Amino acid sequence: MTTKPEMSAADIAKAVAGGKMSALAATEAALARIKQHDTILNSFTDVTADRARAKARAIDADIAAGKAVGPLAGVPFAVKNLFDVAGLSTRAGSKINRDLAPAKRDATLIERMEAAGAVLVGALNMGEYAYDFTGENVHDGPSRNPHDTTRMSGGSSGGSGSAVGGALVPIALGSDTNGSIRVPSSFCGIFGLKPTYGRLSRARSFPFVASFDHLGPFARSVTDLALAYDAMQGPDADDAACTTRGLEPTVPLLANPVSDLRIAIAGGYFQKNVFPEAVEAVSRVAKALGTTQIVDVPEAARARAAAYVISTTEGASLHLDRLRRRPNDFDPAVRDRLIAGAMVPAPLVDRAQKFRRWYRAQFSEIFKSVDVLLAPATPCTAPKLGQVNFNLDDVELPVRANIGIHTQPISFIGLPVVAVPVPLEPLPIGVQIIAAPWREDIALRVAHALERMGVVSAPSPRGL
Amino acid sequence: MAEPLDDYIDAVSKALALQIEEAWRPAVRANLEVSLRLGRLVDEFALPDETEPAPIFTV
Repeated sequence: MTTKPEMSAADIAKAVAGGKMSALAATEAALARIKQHDTILNSFTDVTADRARAKARAIDADIAAGKAVGPLAGVPFAVKNLFDVAGLSTRAGSKINRDLAPAKRDATLIERMEAAGAVLVGALNMGEYAYDFTGENVHDGPSRNPHDTTRMSGGSSGGSGSAVGGALVPIALGSDTNGSIRVPSSFCGIFGLKPTYGRLSRARSFPFVASFDHLGPFARSVTDLALAYDAMQGPDADDAACTTRGLEPTVPLLANPVSDLRIAIAGGYFQKNVFPEAVEAVSRVAKALGTTQIVDVPEAARARAAAYVISTTEGASLHLDRLRRRPNDFDPAVRDRLIAGAMVPAPLVDRAQKFRRWYRAQFSEIFKSVDVLLAPATPCTAPKLGQVNFNLDDVELPVRANIGIHTQPISFIGLPVVAVPVPLEPLPIGVQIIAAPWREDIALRVAHALERMGVVSAPSPRGL
Repeated sequence: MAEPLDDYIDAVSKALALQIEEAWRPAVRANLEVSLRLGRLVDEFALPDETEPAPIFTV
């Protein structure tokens, strides 16, 4: 059996476990596709071919010996280069971090993916220090959109979006502080899960904003997304924010009906500053789910403002010493934002953190009468690389400052979200399926129902 | 001509031992103006004195 470029993780694992395909063959297929297409996409910064082949051979040996293998046996995956990969310096999209000693141990989530049988094939391009919504990187060049390589992949997990959207690997891992999983998912036309804050361990990944940092998976199908998510769940003493909740598997629940769920469209702020494509995408999803109910989210603009303040100040605090010692080695745009962040008066940061408490209470009220909220993932489809402004309702707006306006007020209080791709022409765009804290199962169930209805899907890469 | 925030930028950069080259100053100032504008939006929202910072979902 040979692999097809868009073969799902579930199908690869089934074929490998059933002896119809070797893990090594699945790994070689991914390595060949990376070699063929990544000169254009620029999604990988490191290809760990030797490690991948060794891992694949070990899985094949286990199968030959009759040993049980995990649910992701032989599935190639890659990680944003802020995850520690043993033997590599964790560059986090920067020039400065390349001088760090190589990591001695993999990030927890890599260990868990590999414990489930997955095969790490490399590390992925990203915006410098994750302070980015574009997928552009001044040191490594931009990761490119697989549907139009003149366009942005989205950031900051741009390489993750590009690699999965381009079907180089079926699963990638990324991070999301203000939208960095959901934005590339939207631009690259794939599924992305930003779990509840604290659900998945961040141990041995390079941070950005401790209050908002989440890690999560990207995939081309909901089943693959859930398989990866389930494999990575569980407490971890190495991440102070990681929950002590036990495993809550979602794969067995995916096919449950959604007719009992109360689903509404996020109104007000979430229906403003959007291009017609984003309106169309939310409309298609809402229609398929049979909802016309609109729920206003109070003070979402202020939530976005507070998220901005906390991000720029916590980011500045993280990088303060590097800003002193090596300011010329930063991307100048990132450096100037971080320096400004260091100058924000402390009372404004404290008030922003206190506002989170108030805002969270509003969502707790909303979730008493609603199980799921729908909102755009991005206001537009992927802009051109280097694009500075876009024109919305005859108003020129800066692209970078506006890409994450619909994601920031959600990650601000750590709600779980599945970004689902609506395959519009000529470019896909994402919709956020937002659930209450710890209810990733509900968001995944709704995404799966939409996928079965044919409303959302990951389109074949059109730019390759 | 010095902009209104320049004195503040000079004082804070000195207090934090951050060097700011003249070429960077306009971008730093522009970013700080955005942060302060958004910070004011948060500041204007009245919160009870008892409000605790930052939710962590422990339940």
